[in-house]
Amino acid sequence: MANEVVFADAYERDLTKLAEYEATGGYAALAKARTMGPQAVIDEVSASELRGRGGAFFPTGRKWAFIPKPDQNPNPHYLVVNADESEPGSFKDNEIMARVPHRFIEGCLITAHAVEAKWVFVYIRGEYTRPYEVLVAALEELKGREDILDGVTIVLHRGAGAYICGEETALLESLEGKRGQPRTKPPFPAVEGLYRSPTVVNNVETMATIPPIIDIGGAEYAKLGVPDSRGTRVVSISGHVKRPGNYEIENGTSVRSLIYDLGGGITEDRELKAVIPGGSSTVILRYDEIDVGYDFNSLLALKTAMGSAGVVVLDDRCCMVQLGIRISEFYEHESCGKCTPCREGTRWMTQILRRLEAGDAEQHELDLLLDVCDRINGKCLCPLGETAAIAVASYVDKFRGEFQQHVDEGGCPFGESSPLHNVLAPVAMHTHSPVAVVPA
Amino acid sequence: MSELYTEVQRLKDSYPDWHSAMLPALRLAHEKHGYLSPDALRECADALGTTPAVCEAVASFYDMLHLKPIGRHMVEVCTNVSCALVGAQQVLERFEQELDISAGETTPDGEVTLRPIECLGGCGWATIVSVDHHYRTHVKPEDVSRIVQELRNGE
Ligand SMILES: Cc1cc2nc3c(=O)[nH]c(=O)nc-3n(C[C@H](O)[C@H](O)[C@H](O)COP(=O)(O)O)c2cc1C
Ligand code: FES
Repeated sequence: MANEVVFADAYERDLTKLAEYEATGGYAALAKARTMGPQAVIDEVSASELRGRGGAFFPTGRKWAFIPKPDQNPNPHYLVVNADESEPGSFKDNEIMARVPHRFIEGCLITAHAVEAKWVFVYIRGEYTRPYEVLVAALEELKGREDILDGVTIVLHRGAGAYICGEETALLESLEGKRGQPRTKPPFPAVEGLYRSPTVVNNVETMATIPPIIDIGGAEYAKLGVPDSRGTRVVSISGHVKRPGNYEIENGTSVRSLIYDLGGGITEDRELKAVIPGGSSTVILRYDEIDVGYDFNSLLALKTAMGSAGVVVLDDRCCMVQLGIRISEFYEHESCGKCTPCREGTRWMTQILRRLEAGDAEQHELDLLLDVCDRINGKCLCPLGETAAIAVASYVDKFRGEFQQHVDEGGCPFGESSPLHNVLAPVAMHTHSPVAVVPA
Repeated sequence: MSELYTEVQRLKDSYPDWHSAMLPALRLAHEKHGYLSPDALRECADALGTTPAVCEAVASFYDMLHLKPIGRHMVEVCTNVSCALVGAQQVLERFEQELDISAGETTPDGEVTLRPIECLGGCGWATIVSVDHHYRTHVKPEDVSRIVQELRNGE
């Protein structure tokens, strides 16, 4: 962790204080950016090869360049920051906002300058009271500092509990005061975003990475990491490790090192069974697949991704069917209901998985489960249902023997000894009449 | 004019388009009324210049906005994977015992509502319990009675 960029100086000093942040050279990158002109800032960020830290890993400079110039589209431009962090396994944006609020705000202001926006909306998940309070205090300290704000208005907009509002178009709907249901794309937000105006949507960590890039220069930043995955990444490590927490790593660090060096190894020195590499939406890695770099290309070779960088470590007591149930229940609960394959499919997935766990499932239901997953894939407006299907299908794929055992033995070989046994999910609290029950 | 009305006007003015004040207004009404009662929705709608139906349609989408009465205190135990892996279910069950209710219920005196909740974005500090929207980290079953005591003492 010698190369901290996002969290630079944050462990030694209290960077929530404006004076402390400025003492470490804070807001100098903003001043520098303003001498550069918008296009030069975009070029610098493009040179850094920074890719978005929200999950989709889209090149940040390219996204900004999509914003039409004022003569092409007279509407005002908006910057919307995605601080809705709700992906199971991810808690990095939480700590970034709470620890380096000014670096985050500086990144927002540099970005606003680059895309010529006068308004910045930070859509922060409703449950995040502390990061919200830290940001309120930080903005309070900036009152009257026109040298920093330069006429830009920053609005903190609090969500009210909905994972789907992290999807950028659902977020925009929600920010416009509606139910958070995704829009059809295209048009992309860069063309028609907030109030049908050109809008850049970026993640919190993406924003906090901008000041250091402007400070050291894009080329210097690109020396960190590996091809296609430059720079650093704040990784959230949780589950069965001795030292869970957020760690800023250089991209390309091995997954083994994340678990055994940073995470300190498996709790109670048990055996590793599996690891979810990038939040609940990603394809799971088996214990024998961890000698792989934590970067885009290396993980892609294993058909998985860094996603939102939530690394969830599971020990050998965990039942993969139980994991499937809990993940499926999450997506069932969070499906916005707009697309039928996602709304019904996630519910069907849960039902079949529950039958498997209870020992009521017949052989063909294993294939039915995969068939349901397949019928969600690629058939919805947004990736929510799709990622649920891909994740659960990967549990079946990589632990087929264990799923088969549930059928053959008429029940769960792990039962209560698995920590995921009989966990009560919020979806069970909702009494919905059975619209459609999956045919057995 | 009610206090809420005045505050909602201020909210509307803080956005380029007043529609964006919907969620903050609902959150405010929720806070003032304890939940989004028919009266709260009516007041919110009047302040925004829309109808209660529109407010209710939006509110019903969001997990933090309640359309039925809830307790004065809200205890939410994260039971998503990372928390479950280190014993969130046992924490939830201990709350059920201490409060003598099932998850999803409110104590008969109307003081505390208990419910499981999806990932709160604190997985590395599991188990996360959100008490009146403030996170308690590393909660173990043995911490539960103290938390309940604090709530009962009105801390
Ligand atoms: C279901 C779903 C949930 C998402 N949740 C988040 C989130 O909480 N935070 C986030 O930054 N991006 C989230 N995304 C990705 C956003 O749609 C978008 O790609 C991202 O905010 C862009 O920022 P970036 O380019 O800086 O990564 C989510 C996507 C989907 C499909
Ligand atoms: S799983 Fe409990 S906070 Fe993320």
